Amino acid sequence: MQKEPYVKNYLSEHYGSDSYRTLEGYEDAGGFAGIKKALSLAPEEVTEAVKASGLRGRGGAGFATGLKWSFMPKTSDRMKVIVVNGDESEPGSFKDRMIMERGPFQILEGILIGAWAMGARRTFVYVRGEYKEPIRALEAAVAEMGAKKYLGKACFGKKGFEHDIVIHSGAGAYICGEETGLLESLEGKKGQPRKKPPFPAEYGAFGLPTTVNNVETFAHVPFILEKGVEWFRARGTAKSPGTTLFGVSGHVERPGLFELPLGTPLREILGLAGGMRGGRRLKGVMPGGLSMPVLPPSELDVGMAEELLAPKGSHLGTGGVMVMDETTCMVRVACVTSYFFRDESCGQCTQCREGTGWVHKLCERIEQGRGTAADLALLDDIPSLMEGQTICAFADAAAWPIQGLLKHFRADFEAHIHEKKCPFSESFEL
Amino acid sequence: MKAETRAQIEALFERYPAKRGALLPAIYLAQAEKGFVDADATRELARLFELAPVEVYEVLSFYNMFYTEPQGRHHVYVCTNVPCSLRGARSLLRGLEAYLGVHAGETTKDGRVTLGHEECLGSCGTAPVLRIDGEYHEDVDFSDARRLVDGLK
Repeated sequence: MQKEPYVKNYLSEHYGSDSYRTLEGYEDAGGFAGIKKALSLAPEEVTEAVKASGLRGRGGAGFATGLKWSFMPKTSDRMKVIVVNGDESEPGSFKDRMIMERGPFQILEGILIGAWAMGARRTFVYVRGEYKEPIRALEAAVAEMGAKKYLGKACFGKKGFEHDIVIHSGAGAYICGEETGLLESLEGKKGQPRKKPPFPAEYGAFGLPTTVNNVETFAHVPFILEKGVEWFRARGTAKSPGTTLFGVSGHVERPGLFELPLGTPLREILGLAGGMRGGRRLKGVMPGGLSMPVLPPSELDVGMAEELLAPKGSHLGTGGVMVMDETTCMVRVACVTSYFFRDESCGQCTQCREGTGWVHKLCERIEQGRGTAADLALLDDIPSLMEGQTICAFADAAAWPIQGLLKHFRADFEAHIHEKKCPFSESFEL
Repeated sequence: MKAETRAQIEALFERYPAKRGALLPAIYLAQAEKGFVDADATRELARLFELAPVEVYEVLSFYNMFYTEPQGRHHVYVCTNVPCSLRGARSLLRGLEAYLGVHAGETTKDGRVTLGHEECLGSCGTAPVLRIDGEYHEDVDFSDARRLVDGLK
């Protein structure tokens, strides 16, 4: 199990306690107040509360959760389904694992609130296959809730409110974090994303009306119901309320998780992480997981919320903050990054399948000192031909970090070409 | 395929609105028998799911955690994505390659260990991470890694 967060707030307050992972301990800590409150309201009132809270999805795209819930058909003779995205695979992101391991009942309670609001009959929680411990924690939690009749027929004694939760293990594929890739995978197929429309609310898992939310998104929902919209909006920014678990990794003294309000300055987060390892100087930070463009040290005062990061040329993504010190060769970072996207491209769209391969080959060639000015020009060109051209956002995610590295650290690439070798002798080994 | 495995697979069907939803969990069950899914098991899965064998195979070959070739008795994986690389994962992998006398992706001659590298495992705050037979070992250095590998029979 992962070590608990260094900085806690409402979500992670009890993550240090083993009993919080048991139904009894969760109830003792005040758990299930949110679902009880929700069941005293009409379903549409619950959706309205989530809308009014301004909660945005915590899986990377930041879509308004209440609005998404309202897309589910109000009346339908088909079974409605919730799918929870626990496929956390974004390099630099490790928060969902924490929530699943140490707060599984928060997620399940949030699901039930969503099920009541949307009239969903069944939930599938799709967890990446490597996450054995989170799967164990969630399965144990579902079993306890079933035994207590909090799931199944008449959940929490509410007549007519039936819901079941299935924990489903993925099998190792980054693309299954993309919501329609995930749906294909859940159906027992290759995880190749679908063209949209139709959107999942109309044609989702097994062709049924479906809402897909990230695990952290559901974990916030009980607090909104229990403590109220105003309480929630008092945290974070007006456009991005609430907290998130920022994950800090790389060259800091104290890597780990920090639950802080959205909008917290990046500089403050790096300070909480103990500053730079060994007193070295900062070279660059990827603020939102590997898919998001790198920021230079001059941008450290930016607040960590999507509306504040976007004008700086990056994005919040999953809040996975990767810190790189002055020893780091940014061409090596580009090599590792482009290898990853080449390896994980599902191969459906030409721009992505071919583009990720070309980008990786060019990065390797430059790193090995065999690159030319023409290679650098190609590296400028190819990502721009990938973004916005494909079925899903994977090609954008593959293009953006390369574009960010070229924008802010072009000198690193040029130095390799001029010196015909990697000039960063102290950089991490490739 | 053992009758017991078949029964476990059939019991999964009702959890999904369409039987095929149970295919990934079923492959895990089939794989547990020998550590990989051979052609016979692929055909048996196809029969159970009313699919063509190639439809099962394309799923098998899409996912990293399914194997269609014999594996070592133990899997040792090192995460080599950016956050782990920044904290020395690639030096650790090179060290293990030298120690075991195999490259990543290969199995030791005695069939004891299959060594590999993996993409991000969600252990970036406790990097570098090893995944040995499915369990995480976090914030490890080379001497930890060697001790863990020595403990594998």
